[in-house]
Amino acid sequence: VFAQIYEITLMNLRNLTSRLGSSSVIVVGIAGVVAVLVGLLSMAVGFTRALETTSFENRALVLRDGSNSELSSGLDVAAYNIVSRLEGIRVASGELYVIADIPKQETGTPANLVIRGMREAGIEVRPEVSVVAGRMFEPGRSELLAGVKAVAEFEGLELGSKVEFRASSWTVVGHFETGGSAYESEVWVDLPVAQANFRRGGFLSSMRVLLDESVDVAELARRITADPRLDLKLVTEEEFYAGQAEDRAALINTFGYSVGVIMAIGAVFAALNTMYSAVSSRTVEIATLRALGFGALPVVVSVIIEALALALFGGLLGAAVVYLLFDGYTASTLNNASFSQVAFDFAVTPGLLKTGVIWALGLGFLGGLFPAVRAARLPITTALRGE
Amino acid sequence: VSLLGLMWANLFRKRTRTILTLLSITVAFLLYMLLQAVAAAFDSGGVNVVGVDRLITSPKYSIVDSLPVNQKQQILSIDGVVAVTQQQWFGGVYQDPKNFFPKYPVVPREFFSMYPEFRISEQQLAAFERSRTGAVAEQALAEQYGWKIGDVIPIQADIWPKDDGSRLWEFELVGTFVNEEQRSPQLMFQYDYFTEAVAEFGKDQVGWWTVRLDDPARASEVAAAIDATFENSLNPVRTATEDEFARQFAKQLGDIGFIASIIIAAVFFTIILLTGNTMTQALHERIPELAVLKTLGFSDRVVSAMVLGEAVVLCLLGSLAGIGLAYLVRSAIAPVLESFIGAFDFAPLSVIYALGLALLIGLVIGLMPALSARRLTIVDALRER
Repeated sequence: VFAQIYEITLMNLRNLTSRLGSSSVIVVGIAGVVAVLVGLLSMAVGFTRALETTSFENRALVLRDGSNSELSSGLDVAAYNIVSRLEGIRVASGELYVIADIPKQETGTPANLVIRGMREAGIEVRPEVSVVAGRMFEPGRSELLAGVKAVAEFEGLELGSKVEFRASSWTVVGHFETGGSAYESEVWVDLPVAQANFRRGGFLSSMRVLLDESVDVAELARRITADPRLDLKLVTEEEFYAGQAEDRAALINTFGYSVGVIMAIGAVFAALNTMYSAVSSRTVEIATLRALGFGALPVVVSVIIEALALALFGGLLGAAVVYLLFDGYTASTLNNASFSQVAFDFAVTPGLLKTGVIWALGLGFLGGLFPAVRAARLPITTALRGE
Repeated sequence: VSLLGLMWANLFRKRTRTILTLLSITVAFLLYMLLQAVAAAFDSGGVNVVGVDRLITSPKYSIVDSLPVNQKQQILSIDGVVAVTQQQWFGGVYQDPKNFFPKYPVVPREFFSMYPEFRISEQQLAAFERSRTGAVAEQALAEQYGWKIGDVIPIQADIWPKDDGSRLWEFELVGTFVNEEQRSPQLMFQYDYFTEAVAEFGKDQVGWWTVRLDDPARASEVAAAIDATFENSLNPVRTATEDEFARQFAKQLGDIGFIASIIIAAVFFTIILLTGNTMTQALHERIPELAVLKTLGFSDRVVSAMVLGEAVVLCLLGSLAGIGLAYLVRSAIAPVLESFIGAFDFAPLSVIYALGLALLIGLVIGLMPALSARRLTIVDALRER
């Protein structure tokens, strides 16, 4: 039987070139499904990745107890001083977190950009920062360091240009990178200048702290929460960013799979069409094989294998197209948790490519099954007459 | 046999092939309709704007800022303004962060007369006004969480702690409302209670103003006047129509319309290729027949029109089925979807676009086969048999 399957399949595949037109239908149909599915899912993966890579080992946030975002958090200098002197905290950076409406390049409409005020310690607690163009802002001046993703997503953040935030004017003196994390969607400025320009007095939104490696984080968090002088809590960045992408990623995934399923149904019809016509154009050939003593099973298997081969080709094609077009493509969306724009790169990962190929093979199998059964059921005598 | 009858018979000579082609066209148009509706929902911010005579006045630099409540009288005194009411974003968590729904402090009677599409009984509205810690919820939301009139709904504040440092706010449900236009799963409570109980930094602060105009035609003039009034104050504002405001906010999610267009393009590219291929194949099998028709005296033009007509009929049938299916699917998923993205509806024009597109695709697909049918010479064609 295996020898028969091998023979017939080989023959089919050799003949594929003569059915190029109709075979391309299955290939393109499935390529389309895989491209759209993988493309949409890669958005969800990219968004999750941007938030997850933001967290850094041994780095934590200090927020007002009860608040779950830097936007709704707040503390004063006295609280900052107490926390920064606690045992186990290596570097502490008190920061101001403000949002401004700046036009987004993609839509031309205002979107939420994060302006983060910090002192030198802000860079110290973020060793992953590198200034890739221009220079760091100077303390005491209305200068601004913009994340590379913010530069790409928002209007007017090119080096040397002046931007208006909240009735104050700033000069862009540098661009920074943090390895693709959500920080790259922010702009950073000098803390005292920001506090003065935005009329925030000595107000701080939150703290970023680097912890000693030996510290017991849970114990330190308990100490801060229990301190009667403080109404604060400590969360590690890992904890803080972990859940943030979930909702949006789930929404994108649901959308992706829904569109994928509907398209897949259409592609199965197309595949069925192709395979039925492949079978019908080979009626005489199949009947001859049967007459020569080839069994029904090898015929069925050979048709299915042909469909699978075409589907696999389509799946790989779709995956390749989406990889070439969209991998690394940058988009941004509103992160509900921080109420600000977070830019992310579409991430066409090996896992997604695998999903795409599995879908392709599944569709190919469905598209091949019924025509294969029909081929095997052809009554030999009528089929030989070519009717 | 009429020409149409002949076309029909031809289409169904290979029933499986035609039905499968038809089904893939149907699926393409189903997807087209649904994606259009999703894109439209996001572009409009999911708001079916009833009152074209309403403006939103929000803090100039960012919606996350607050405005002082004493702006109210100033806005009311601007020419063209007939009513003003405030809302504030409360945030907060009911039991679990996953139970998300907006919560707003409002001035009861002002709110319900500003938004007539929100329906509440007079009795319950009066009870809402009388009760200091009272709250009203959308009926479906109340049903979802099993709230009854008289129940106490605890909300843990994240933005607005109370004056006494506690974060627990408790509201007594005194009524429910429905929004006749679309689902609005939200909880509203007294602004007076909010501003009295909230910590110092939140007192007498509002998130944004809703302004009613006497004449919708003066919207941009009045909006400019409001903005000018506060331009040089500590709290400058930005005023837009409700519609614009919702659109701009929705754009923050990203260009959903653009993504939808890419998918639609991919789908139709596939469909054109698929159906075009099928039509060419069908024609190929029928070359001798067409030759016979020509021998019988059918003109070149009629024969090619027939071939073209087949493609168009196939596409139109498929699109009609797709549009019909889309309406069925919508009635099934709209109730679920509307609590996420607001109004989910097909624009009247999208049906016309879909049919136009079907016609266009039919013509594109039928063109090549029609041309070759026309060029067919009888002798050559008959010889092929």
